[in-house]
Amino acid sequence: MATTLDQTIAQKQHTWLTQIVSSQTFWVLIAVVLACIFLSMATDSFATSKNLYNITRNFTFVAIIALGMTMVIITGGIDLSVGSVLCLCSMVLAVTMHAGYSIEVGILASIGTALVIGAFNGFLIAYLGFPPFVVTLGMLSIARSLAMVASNNTVVFEFGPDHNLLLDLGGGAWLFGIANPVLYMLVLALLTGFVLRWTRFGRHIFAIGGNEHAATLTGVPVRPLKVAVYMISALSAGIAGIVQTGWLGAVTTNIGAGMELNVIAAAVIGGANLAGGVGTAFGALVGAALIEVIRNSLGLLGINAFWQGTFIGGAIILAVLFDRIRNFRQSD
Amino acid sequence: MAVLELQNISKHFGAIHAVSDVTLSLEPGEVVGLMGDNGAGKSTLVKMIAGNFRPSHGTMRLEGKELVMHRPVDARQHGIEIVHQDLALCDNLTAAANVYLGRELLIGFGPFGVLDYASMYQRAAQLFKELKSETRPRDLVKQMSGGQRQAVAIARTMLSKAKIVLMDEPTAAISVRQVAEVLHLIRLLRDQGIAIVLISHRMPDVFTVADRVIVMRRGRKVADKPIADSSPEEVTGLITGAIEKV
Repeated sequence: MATTLDQTIAQKQHTWLTQIVSSQTFWVLIAVVLACIFLSMATDSFATSKNLYNITRNFTFVAIIALGMTMVIITGGIDLSVGSVLCLCSMVLAVTMHAGYSIEVGILASIGTALVIGAFNGFLIAYLGFPPFVVTLGMLSIARSLAMVASNNTVVFEFGPDHNLLLDLGGGAWLFGIANPVLYMLVLALLTGFVLRWTRFGRHIFAIGGNEHAATLTGVPVRPLKVAVYMISALSAGIAGIVQTGWLGAVTTNIGAGMELNVIAAAVIGGANLAGGVGTAFGALVGAALIEVIRNSLGLLGINAFWQGTFIGGAIILAVLFDRIRNFRQSD
Repeated sequence: MAVLELQNISKHFGAIHAVSDVTLSLEPGEVVGLMGDNGAGKSTLVKMIAGNFRPSHGTMRLEGKELVMHRPVDARQHGIEIVHQDLALCDNLTAAANVYLGRELLIGFGPFGVLDYASMYQRAAQLFKELKSETRPRDLVKQMSGGQRQAVAIARTMLSKAKIVLMDEPTAAISVRQVAEVLHLIRLLRDQGIAIVLISHRMPDVFTVADRVIVMRRGRKVADKPIADSSPEEVTGLITGAIEKV
């Protein structure tokens, strides 16, 4: 019997079940769930609402930036400057508000800073052909130094007339007792997921990561899009910085130090491929969650904190191992 | 009427004369084999037709109107499609996504449009059916055979009403059976009245499918004659320079 056009169109290489089972994000999610079940039984302190509140809030900052990072990684790039950009944006917000300006002005200044830095990174990478690693490594150094210059390397903990509003923005729980940062993260994740799956912009950044030359030849505006993804990455760091400032209630020039590595780890654990062309918003959240659960559980189980790096590093390698095994199977 | 006419086209890169004084025309529904050794100026000539380079001298006319292009995208808007040698496919995307790459269909208005998956799958499936290819719109290009990849690249040229399709070495590096498939696809395009320029090193392919052969040597056109009046021996002689000009 001849197949109709509709049957051909409906034909997929995987059913939804095999699709899910073959995805790295799924297995990482299983790992997170299993770890949570195990910890709830093994300790009294894990499944308390206070601890869960802490975990969800702690991983949001990494998760929010991992969303932006995932976009950069999908294009085949990398952004090492996010930790420092977070610090600079927090500091710009803090210094502006400390000087007596309203929270709106502070947030605008902070987000403006992030966008300028992202545009600078993106311009050098897209138009002048700099390697992303080098440009953002330079920016890692520059942004933190500028944060020190802006604050004269002091701790800022008084935020002018809108002090309480800022603390509430980052530290409050406006909806059903869910910490505000978690709400922001969920909204941003939904937005990112939508953009990646349903917009031309999303389709094009996957194309750039898959075959940049092909994207150029088919008329995809590769250079402007690359600038845009580095701006989004810096923006995600800026947003995380603003929220974190409100949560901590104080800014020092060492916040976000080394954070870029956690962010990249979260994206990669969640299934983003550093070679480009692969990644999801949901994966970024799951990856960030796994890292936080590992951190939290080691503390609760009374394991020496020095072991943390080993476990997180092991998780990175294990997560990518799944991907490798799948590829070996496919190439057979 | 000729669909494309080149008149005294030259391209210089500094002191290097990549293409000198080439005049040629293409008729609708005609397959022209463009042959020549490496460095003979084939790719430069094709890149001018594709809008990658602007000629240093001479004029191009598309259906009688002068054609000036600044970017490769302009060529597409004028109905000139290119199948690149490496096919320009993204392995991480589906067949339909590759067909529509750079001109995705949207539902909704302006910047708020979302991708119209249903229509793109539908149209891509139709194109593959026309090409008698077993390619399915949702398949990832990563897992496709060489022939299927060619079908995806060729389906791309059929999205809009193309007048001219330039094919750069479409039969290099694929299996014998797949070569036959590609030559079949070329005939399908020709039967739709599209003019095809087939750039190839492979003599048998050109002599199987082309109506006319143009030979380039050192930037100049040294032959332009119907396939029926030529022979592989003559073309080889023209490419190497053993035969000066016909």
